[in-house]
Amino acid sequence: MFLLLPFDSLVVNLLGISITVLFTLLLVFIIVPAIFGVSFGIRKVYMKTLLKIFQWATLRIERGAKEKKHPLYKPYVNGIIAKEPTSLEEEIKEIRRSGSGKALDTPEFELSDIFYFCRKGIETIMDDEVTKRFSAEELESWNLLSRTNYNFQYISLRLTVLWGLGVLIRYCFLLPLRIALAFTGISLLVTGTTVVGYLPNGRCKEFLSKHVHLMCYRICVRALTAIITYHDRENRPRNGGICVANHTSPIDVIILASDGYYAMVGQIHGGLMGVIQRAMVKACPHVWFERSEVKDRHLVAKRLTEHVQDKSKLPILIFPEGTCINNTSVMMFKKGSFEIGATVYPVAIKYDPQFGDAFWNSSKYGMVTYLLRMMTSWAIVCSVWYLPPMTRQPEEDAVQFANRVKSAIARQGGLVDLLWDGGLKREKVKDTFKEEQQKLYSKMIVGNHEDRSRS
Amino acid sequence: MLICVSSFFFSSVSHSQITRLYSRFTSLDKGENGTLSREDFQRIPELAINPLGDRIINAFFPEGEDQVNFRGFMRTLAHFRPIEDNEKSKDQNGPEPLNSRSNKLHCKKCEPSYRSNYFSFFVLRMMVGVNISDEQLGSIADRTIQEADQDGDSAISFAEFVKVLEKVDVEQKMSIRFLH
Repeated sequence: MFLLLPFDSLVVNLLGISITVLFTLLLVFIIVPAIFGVSFGIRKVYMKTLLKIFQWATLRIERGAKEKKHPLYKPYVNGIIAKEPTSLEEEIKEIRRSGSGKALDTPEFELSDIFYFCRKGIETIMDDEVTKRFSAEELESWNLLSRTNYNFQYISLRLTVLWGLGVLIRYCFLLPLRIALAFTGISLLVTGTTVVGYLPNGRCKEFLSKHVHLMCYRICVRALTAIITYHDRENRPRNGGICVANHTSPIDVIILASDGYYAMVGQIHGGLMGVIQRAMVKACPHVWFERSEVKDRHLVAKRLTEHVQDKSKLPILIFPEGTCINNTSVMMFKKGSFEIGATVYPVAIKYDPQFGDAFWNSSKYGMVTYLLRMMTSWAIVCSVWYLPPMTRQPEEDAVQFANRVKSAIARQGGLVDLLWDGGLKREKVKDTFKEEQQKLYSKMIVGNHEDRSRS
Repeated sequence: MLICVSSFFFSSVSHSQITRLYSRFTSLDKGENGTLSREDFQRIPELAINPLGDRIINAFFPEGEDQVNFRGFMRTLAHFRPIEDNEKSKDQNGPEPLNSRSNKLHCKKCEPSYRSNYFSFFVLRMMVGVNISDEQLGSIADRTIQEADQDGDSAISFAEFVKVLEKVDVEQKMSIRFLH
């Protein structure tokens, strides 16, 4: 026993030193820059190196498959079948034109009209616009994550080694580092906001609260190795406004909040999220709702209006889609936040899926699994565009205004602008939509005037 | 298994396209049991709003069954593959390919619609919903049948149906083209 002691103390010493070194490095390279909001550019270099490696890996797979004469799976980024974006009316007319020499514009029923509905139906079975928005998008090149590639089984030895190295780096180096950072960030947020919450209201409290929030979000951003490019920062949301953004994952919040100071809106959760939310609300006026209150739309609208009318309060951050979409499109905006009448600051967020898919498929993975996937990805790379503020025009209703904001976001972010409701992820489509189609077709066969025999 | 299906039904559809359709099949398969049910199809919003959606879904299910596997799924889709030039000159005595003109017409499974007045009315009703009265719809159905009816039995036989649609480019209008 005695003989072992010196060795023991050596181990303890070494361990102590290495932990100290690790923490100093963490402090110098991550936490201090996070507090002041500067970056050394390490992440940019890391990103460029990765891109080169991915390119090489994709080429290597293609070559390998060719040598072994394996058929190669090509991703269909633009869908699998050719579709023409024509309306029901145009297409039926086109079918009729080719079919009969009859007058085209007289409303009438033709047997060939059935073709239109049949083909459309089969097309949607092979590929549709809505359901594919709720699963991860396909990638053109391989990013050395086994979860993203179908050709994975054909890779060469060198590529396997590279992939293994990647796993080692991601799980043994990046993951612990990120967990440590996330832990630091969240515990700082909770303690910081709680302490600030005890200060008397005033400028000092506001200033401290703002900086505690910003610092903690910046640490969290580093915990995900998020590389974010902010465009047009002069359009950043101002007090008394509503910031609306497209929604891909829960980390959207961290990404936006690390560059601006927002009042959050949402439902009080249980567990860890609940603790964070309750601590945050002490330091600054976030708008949290109890589960029972969310159902009451009038109450929600009233509290949001009150918040917005107080010009000293922070801009509200809202994701009007109400659910996470896979970052290829923007789906219907719920009209609630556009009824309030405040200035809307649209924000477009576009992730680069090459380094790791940020989309949270909430029906497939839980929150913890999702975060684990995020933390074992290479990085989260994204662009954020602040669009010029928009206000509701006098002749517009809330739905039209919501659509106008949505298409502005879609255009800027390079996303597909869809009218469909994101809630279809969980629910079935309402019958009224089918009735609308039937109405449209009825007009084609009996004309525009109202049905006479029904009166 | 995949390859086998592909070579059987789709002589000219590439491996990637089959893989892509298989991944589509699995993503529709919410029960994750290798087959699709009617529910799975109805979950596609754009199909759910199609007035003939239920008929189209039925085309995937053989009589009395409520599950379809990938093979069955592909067999129905195969009807909608465009006819290629080299296939047109094929052996005329061989079995009729699934994507032939008459099979395309058959497959619509709306085929009962031209069998008798009643069915024609029924399909029309699916297409227009509640927007047209029974009387008016009935007269539309009658007129359609009169125009097509040649043997005077007040019903449209398959031959008559084909005759009416003679000029329509069925091959093109009912084909779905893959992107390459």
